[in-house]
Amino acid sequence: MYKIVRKEVLNPQVKLFEIEAPYVARKAEPGQFIILRIDEDGERVPFTIADYDREKGTVTIIFQEVGATTIRLGQMNEGDYLADFAGPLGVASHFEGVKKAAVIGGGLGVAIAYPQAKKLHGMGVEVDFIAGFRNKDIIILEKEMAAVSDRLFITTDDGSNGNKGFVSDVLKKLLDEGNKYDVVIAIGPPIMMKVVSEVTRPYGIKTIVSLNPIMVDGTGMCGGCRVTVGGKIKFACVDGPDFDGHQVDFDELIRRLSLYKKDEQASIERHKCRLEGRTNA
Amino acid sequence: MPNMSLKKVPMPEQDPNVRNKNFEEVALGYTEEMAIEEAKRCLNCKHKPCVSGCPVNVQIPEFISLIAQGKFEEAYDKILETNSLPAVCGRVCPQETQCEQKCVRGIKGEPVAIGRLERFAADWAIKNSERTFEKVPSNGKKVAIIGSGPAGLSCAGDLVKLGYEVTIFEAFHLAGGVLVYGIPEFRLPKSLVQKEINVLLKQGVKIHTNMVIGKVLTIDELFEEGFDAVFIGSGAGLPSFMNIPGENLNGVYSANEFLTRINLMKAYKKDAETPIMRGNSIAVVGGGNVAMDAARCAKRLGAETVYIIYRRSEAEMPARLEEIHHAKEEGIIFKLLTNPTRILGDDKGWVKGIECVDMELGEPDASGRRRPIAKEGSEHVIDVDTVIIAIGTSPNPLIRSTTPDLATNKWGCIVADEQTGQTSKEGVFAGGDAVTGAATVILAMGAGKKAAKAIDEYIKSKK
Repeated sequence: MYKIVRKEVLNPQVKLFEIEAPYVARKAEPGQFIILRIDEDGERVPFTIADYDREKGTVTIIFQEVGATTIRLGQMNEGDYLADFAGPLGVASHFEGVKKAAVIGGGLGVAIAYPQAKKLHGMGVEVDFIAGFRNKDIIILEKEMAAVSDRLFITTDDGSNGNKGFVSDVLKKLLDEGNKYDVVIAIGPPIMMKVVSEVTRPYGIKTIVSLNPIMVDGTGMCGGCRVTVGGKIKFACVDGPDFDGHQVDFDELIRRLSLYKKDEQASIERHKCRLEGRTNA
Repeated sequence: MPNMSLKKVPMPEQDPNVRNKNFEEVALGYTEEMAIEEAKRCLNCKHKPCVSGCPVNVQIPEFISLIAQGKFEEAYDKILETNSLPAVCGRVCPQETQCEQKCVRGIKGEPVAIGRLERFAADWAIKNSERTFEKVPSNGKKVAIIGSGPAGLSCAGDLVKLGYEVTIFEAFHLAGGVLVYGIPEFRLPKSLVQKEINVLLKQGVKIHTNMVIGKVLTIDELFEEGFDAVFIGSGAGLPSFMNIPGENLNGVYSANEFLTRINLMKAYKKDAETPIMRGNSIAVVGGGNVAMDAARCAKRLGAETVYIIYRRSEAEMPARLEEIHHAKEEGIIFKLLTNPTRILGDDKGWVKGIECVDMELGEPDASGRRRPIAKEGSEHVIDVDTVIIAIGTSPNPLIRSTTPDLATNKWGCIVADEQTGQTSKEGVFAGGDAVTGAATVILAMGAGKKAAKAIDEYIKSKK
């Protein structure tokens, strides 16, 4: 059992849990993920590691309530226990030789981009952090991002923070202004990662994306997380989740992510019924 | 006087048209009377040819004779001396190519139903006796076992009896490996697997779940933590695909994923949180036991039509005869000498068919089986909405990629001595699918057993 030692509500849909998992904390690196189950009947769900504290033996995850499991997770509180918490899984990100980087997060992807920026910043790399949100009310981790970047650009789709646009627009502008990056790290919805990869492609800048395909075991067994990278099948759980954005077949990824949309909706409905004490008519 | 009937006492089974709609066990097991009657067919041969056919050396004539005398619990104890998982083996071992193949009664008529009797003894003991197990006093030596599938459990069972402190590290949330994620409930009830694992726990084996060795701890770190030897039984790994167009369409599963969703995650239950696609017309590609399991699961999930697509003929199928027979009885349609060339999708990217060619058999290839050759111009499309690829696996990379001094072959299988399981790294032994590639439960158990003996010798020699 794995204790939730801290819970923070970052915005109404996005929550942060710090979880006691000393073995995972000892090895966790940016770019890796964990698989958790809430209880005996729960599904196995992957979450990217948002932070870790080796001394305290804790691992932090940040999640958005989108499906039955994340909604249920969001109702848990400090002091509650998760049944299962396995990791760190996936290959850690590598940044050898990087001097200047652009780290880009879209929406919840900011929570995953943040530890990468933190690591780079800690290595003395110059970091431009570009974060995009739908509107100003759901901006998360602003202080944290500012602390690990040389320049921070926050955009909103609706312009409600006074800075309208997409992260890709900001990146394009920075590149046009002559900024040179050794690497661009883009984490967020697949469509955002696709657009960012297209922006950097003509410049030939190495672009790393973190993929989030559907997984069951997460340890290299089921093959559900397969993605096409450079025309070959790769498994996000053991070969990734970081891949070269210029090689990824994003359209296929987006299509495969829709596999269980209907089931997911039904599952949320079932869950709501239980929550509200309704019986299925 | 032995029972001289030429035939085995038949195994009661669920009717095919009932069972293909539920996940309950197909074979119902012998009653006490049936077991005694069948046990009496054993001639108690002095030279015990059957035992030589058993990878874990079960003392077959002895346990059968105890059943014939009505001493069921003693029969179970006799099996347990050498086999840690009798209820599992009695169900999923290919006895027809092992113990029963060597049975003298098989020369004229059917061999003694050794598997059914093993299952009977185990089920009887699980049902009728509340057993306690005395822990063997610790010899102070610690062994780490990676993976709680058949290889790891069998290795653990033998080592704990010798006084070793055994800790199994399991990556999943539940112990059992392929016994819980791969083999379906209707062939091997998960409650029985749990009970056999509980016996090992009572004997003193420790199991740590959620521990992905290679990631959370490396093999070297296990030694640093004070383990004297390590056994790797991490099992088969990533599913292989055919590398034909359309394999990433929505509606294409690997058998590993399909079966894991059903078996480990219970997706066949109505309110399970883990979803599964319930297709109406399903093609399973492959001819092994895994393909049969996937096809029979698909049928039970409600599919109208389920095809097995296999490129050779039935004679070359690697699946057990019993599984092929059961699948046919349940209405699975066999498309033999048929090979997929591409999977077709609709405009939204969902599977709508599978294009195949007809095959004919040519000269035998390296495996000794006749090589299938495509017939030109025989392309045809079978309409399906789901495709399950069950053509094998390649070993999991997590351990080899973090253990540079562990030798692997060109397929990524760990190189280990066949007799001892010794790998290229001192103190590290390996067995089961991680070494051989996909094989059977009992071969993995046999490898775990041999490694246990070798680990015992290795640790003693270091003193």
